[in-house]
Amino acid sequence: MGMEGIGARVKRKEDQRFITGKGRYTDDFKMAGMHFAAFVRSPHAHARIKGIDKSAAEAMPGVVGVLDGKQLTGDGIGNIICGWMIHSKDGSPMNMGAWSALATEYVRYVGDAAAVVIADTEENARAAAGAVDVDYEVLPAIVDPAATLNAGAPQVHDNAPGNLIYDWEVGTDVKTVDEALANSVHVTEMEIRNNRLIPNAIEPRAALANYDMADDHFTLYTTSQNPHVARLVLSAFYQVAPEHKLRVIAPDVGGGFGSKIFIYPEEIVCLWASKRTGVPVKWTAERTESFLADAHGRDHVTKAWIGFDADNKITGFKIDTIANLGAYMSLFSSSVPTYLYAILMSGQYDIANVHCNVRAVYTNTAPVDAYRGAGRPEATYVVERIMETAARELGVDPAELRRKNFVRSFPHQTPLILCYDAGDYDATLDAALKAADYAGFPARRAEAEKRGKKRGIGLSCYIEACGLAPSAAVGSLGAGVGLWESAEVRVNPVGTVEVLTGAHSHGQGHETTFSQLIAERFGLPTDNVSIVHGDTDKVQFGMGTYGSRSGAVGMSAVVKALDKVEGKARKIAAHLMEADEADIVIENGEVKVAGTDKKLGWHEVCLAAYTAHNLPEGMEPGLKETSFYDPTNFTFPAGSYVCEVEVDPETGVTEVVQFVAADDFGRIINPMIVEGQVHGGVTQGIGQALLEHGIYTEDGQLVTASYMDYAMPRADNVPSYKLSTHETLCPSNPLGVKGCGEAGAIGSPPAVINAITDAIGNNNLSMPATPARVWAAMNG
Amino acid sequence: MTTVNMTVNGRKVSGEVSDRTLLSQFLRENLNLTGTHVGCDTSQCGACVVHVDGKAIKSCTTLAAQMDGTSVTTIEGLANGADLHPVQAAFREHHGLQCGFCTPGMIMTAVDMIERAKASGRKLDEKTIRAELEGNICRCTGYHNIVRAIEAAAAAMA
Repeated sequence: MGMEGIGARVKRKEDQRFITGKGRYTDDFKMAGMHFAAFVRSPHAHARIKGIDKSAAEAMPGVVGVLDGKQLTGDGIGNIICGWMIHSKDGSPMNMGAWSALATEYVRYVGDAAAVVIADTEENARAAAGAVDVDYEVLPAIVDPAATLNAGAPQVHDNAPGNLIYDWEVGTDVKTVDEALANSVHVTEMEIRNNRLIPNAIEPRAALANYDMADDHFTLYTTSQNPHVARLVLSAFYQVAPEHKLRVIAPDVGGGFGSKIFIYPEEIVCLWASKRTGVPVKWTAERTESFLADAHGRDHVTKAWIGFDADNKITGFKIDTIANLGAYMSLFSSSVPTYLYAILMSGQYDIANVHCNVRAVYTNTAPVDAYRGAGRPEATYVVERIMETAARELGVDPAELRRKNFVRSFPHQTPLILCYDAGDYDATLDAALKAADYAGFPARRAEAEKRGKKRGIGLSCYIEACGLAPSAAVGSLGAGVGLWESAEVRVNPVGTVEVLTGAHSHGQGHETTFSQLIAERFGLPTDNVSIVHGDTDKVQFGMGTYGSRSGAVGMSAVVKALDKVEGKARKIAAHLMEADEADIVIENGEVKVAGTDKKLGWHEVCLAAYTAHNLPEGMEPGLKETSFYDPTNFTFPAGSYVCEVEVDPETGVTEVVQFVAADDFGRIINPMIVEGQVHGGVTQGIGQALLEHGIYTEDGQLVTASYMDYAMPRADNVPSYKLSTHETLCPSNPLGVKGCGEAGAIGSPPAVINAITDAIGNNNLSMPATPARVWAAMNG
Repeated sequence: MTTVNMTVNGRKVSGEVSDRTLLSQFLRENLNLTGTHVGCDTSQCGACVVHVDGKAIKSCTTLAAQMDGTSVTTIEGLANGADLHPVQAAFREHHGLQCGFCTPGMIMTAVDMIERAKASGRKLDEKTIRAELEGNICRCTGYHNIVRAIEAAAAAMA
C-alpha cells in the first residue's frame, strides 16, 4: 500500500469544513420565498378526530396554508408502508395498519400529526399551529408491549386484532428444543426487558422541499441516510412524483444511527405542501419533536431458557419475545425483531437446537424501527446475559463457559438461517481478557472493597450479521428492495478520480476511506480523489448507509468498478507502449512495463483515453466504469468486550472504570476511523445500560422528551476505552471487510449489566441501571 | 423590533431583531453564519456555543437583543485565515469529530476551557476535561478522541 492506501490512518478529508463551520446541513440551505412548516401534533396517545377548525389559524399573519390529512389523501398521496413482509407461522401476512402522513380519522400516539401550517416565518407557523383547533374524542390507550396482547386491551388498528402484527418463529422445531431442555442437566431461565431508546442524532431531522411548477419537478433536501431509497419510496408508494421528477439531496447529515433511514411524514408533507401552496417549504424538528416523532429503538420483552449437559455444553436454547413496534409500522420495522434479531440467537456458540418466537405488537407509542445495531443488540443482550447468568448458576468461570461452547469450524450453519463464514472467537476473547487483566480482577475487587466500593466485571461475546445483504436472499425473506450497492468511477483526462457511490456518509468518513481505495489501487494521493454521494441527480442509484454496509457492500462496488477501470487503462497503456498487457504495472501514479524502463504517467494514460488519438482498435474513448455489487453472504463481525465497574453502595451510582473491546472486523481500511466507530458505539451501549430510557406514562405521554429528562451519555459518564482488533478476512467480498459501525452498541450493554450484577451480587437488574435501581437491587 | 449592534468575528454588524430573536437565530438567519448549530433548544447539547466578550455561552438561549455592544466569536471566526486554531487542528489530528454537527460547539467550549485553565494556572487532566464537557453532547465519538484532542490542544497552547 501507499502512504494513504488500505490500512493507513489517513486524517479525514471532510474535517476541514466541519472544524471551520462550513459544513452544509439541511437546515443551512435557504431558498428564495422559503416558508416554514409547523405540525399540529396530537397531545393524546389515542383519539378520534371529530373535526378540525382552521379558521383562526388561517387568519393569522403570514399563513399561506393550513392543511390536513383529508386534503393529503384527497390529493392521492399514499399511505406510509413497511417495506419488509413478514408472514406469521400460520402463513398469514403481517397485519399492517394504515398510516397517513397526516392523520385522517384517528391519532395513535402523542406526536402523531393531525395538520400542518405553512407560514412565512418559523414563529408565525408555530403560532398558527397552536391556533388550529382539533376536536379530539379521547380514546383509551395502551403502551406496554406485553399488556397490549391482553384481552380487552385498547385496539390500535382495526385490522390487527389483539394488537398482534405477526406471530413468527425461526429455528429448530420447538418440540425438539423443549425435549433438549427437558433432558438437560441444568436449565437457566430469564425474563429480560430491552429498554426503549430514542436515537438522538444531534442534528434534528429536517426537510426543505420545493415544487417547480415550470418544470413540474420537485427538489427535496433532507436529513437522510439513503436518499435514493427515499426517492424510490416517495415515488413508488406515496405517489408524490415519479422518480425522474424528484431530486432528493442528503447533504451533510449530522448523525443517523438508523433514525434517518426511514421516510417520515414530515418529508412527504413538505413536498406535497410545497406544490399545494406554491412556496418552498422548510421544516426543522425541535428537539422535543425529535423525541416524539423520530422512530425509537429496542423495547422488547423476552423470556429465555438455555440448557446445559454435564459437560456444560449447550443443549438447547428457546427464546420467546414480544417486540413493540409502536403505533405504526415504520419502513423496516418488521425486519428488526425477526431477521436482524432472532437469527442472531446462536451467538458465537455451537448450539444444535435453537428456537425463537417473536410476536410484534402495536401500542400507542412512537413507531419503533432500526436504531444502531437494530435487533442485534437485543439478541446479544439476551444471549450474553443468559450465558453469564448460567455461568454463575453452574459455578464456572463465565469466560470458560463461553469458550466451552464457541463455534470453531467454519463455515458453520446455525439452525437460524445464518451460515457463519469466518471468525476466531478464541482470539478476540483472549485479547480482551489480556487487555482487561482478567486474572488480576480479584485483587482489584479487594482493593475497591477497602475503599467502600463494590467492584464487578462482566463479559460479552457478540456476533452480528452485517453487509446487508444478498438481494435474492433478503427477497425470499420478505424484503421489498434489493440490498446491493452501486459505484461509478470516473477518471478525468488529467488523471484525477471521482467516485460516485450510493452509500451515504453521515459521520462515517467515506470521503476519506473510499478515497483510500483509489490510493491503494493506483498510488494516487487521496487529494486527487473526490467522493460524490447523497444526491439523486448525481449518483444514479444506491441503497444508502445502515447495517454497517458501506464497507462490505459499498466499497466492494467501488473495487469492482476499479477492476474495470484498471483493465481498460492497462489495455491503453499496453497499446501505447507496445507491450504485453500482462506486463503492465500501475503503482505510485505511474504505468510501467515490467522489466523495462518504459513508463507513462497515470495522467498520460488517462489523457490518451480522452483524446482518443491512439486507442486499441475498436475501443471506445473515455475512462469511466460502473458496478452494481450484490453481496453473496452476510458478513459476521464478532468480538469480546470486558467491562469493569465500581458501584457506590451508599448511592447506587455506577462508574465504568474500565472498558475493553477486542473486535474482528475483517480487513480494516482506516484504523483511526474504525476506532472512532467503536468508541461511539460503546458509548451508546453504555448509555443504554446506565442512562437512557424512553418512558411513556400509562396513558401514553412521553415523559422523556428533552435532554433534561432523557439521559444522554455525556463525557463524564464514560471512560477512555482500550481497543484492539483481530483480523480474520471475510471470504465473501473482495476486500475481506466485515463492517464496524454497530458493534460497539451491540456488544456493550450486556457487558455493563453483567459487571454491575457481579458487583452487587444480585442478578435481578434491568436497563437502564440507574442509581435508584441499583440501590434497590442491593437493598431490596 | 430592536436594532442591535455587535462585533461578530471582528466585523461590525447591525440588524433589526424582534424581542424574542435568539442569538443563534441572528447568527444563522441574519448573518448566514450557519456553523453555529441548534441541537436541542434547551441549553443542554452545546452545539450552539459561541464566545461573547471572550466567554463561552449557549447562543440558543441568549436573546440577540441582549447582545448589543458585545463582541461575538463564532466557529467561522476562530481560525486566522488559513491557519487553523490549535483546537481546530487538534480535533482533526485526533479524529475528535465524526458527523461534525456538535463540533463547532465542542471546539468553542474547548477553547474556552483551555484558556480558563491557562489563566488560572490549572493543568487540564482527563477528569477535568470530561467534567467541563458536561454541557456538550456528542452522539458519534463517545468523547474518547475529543478528550485526546483537548489534551493535545492544551499542550500546544501552553
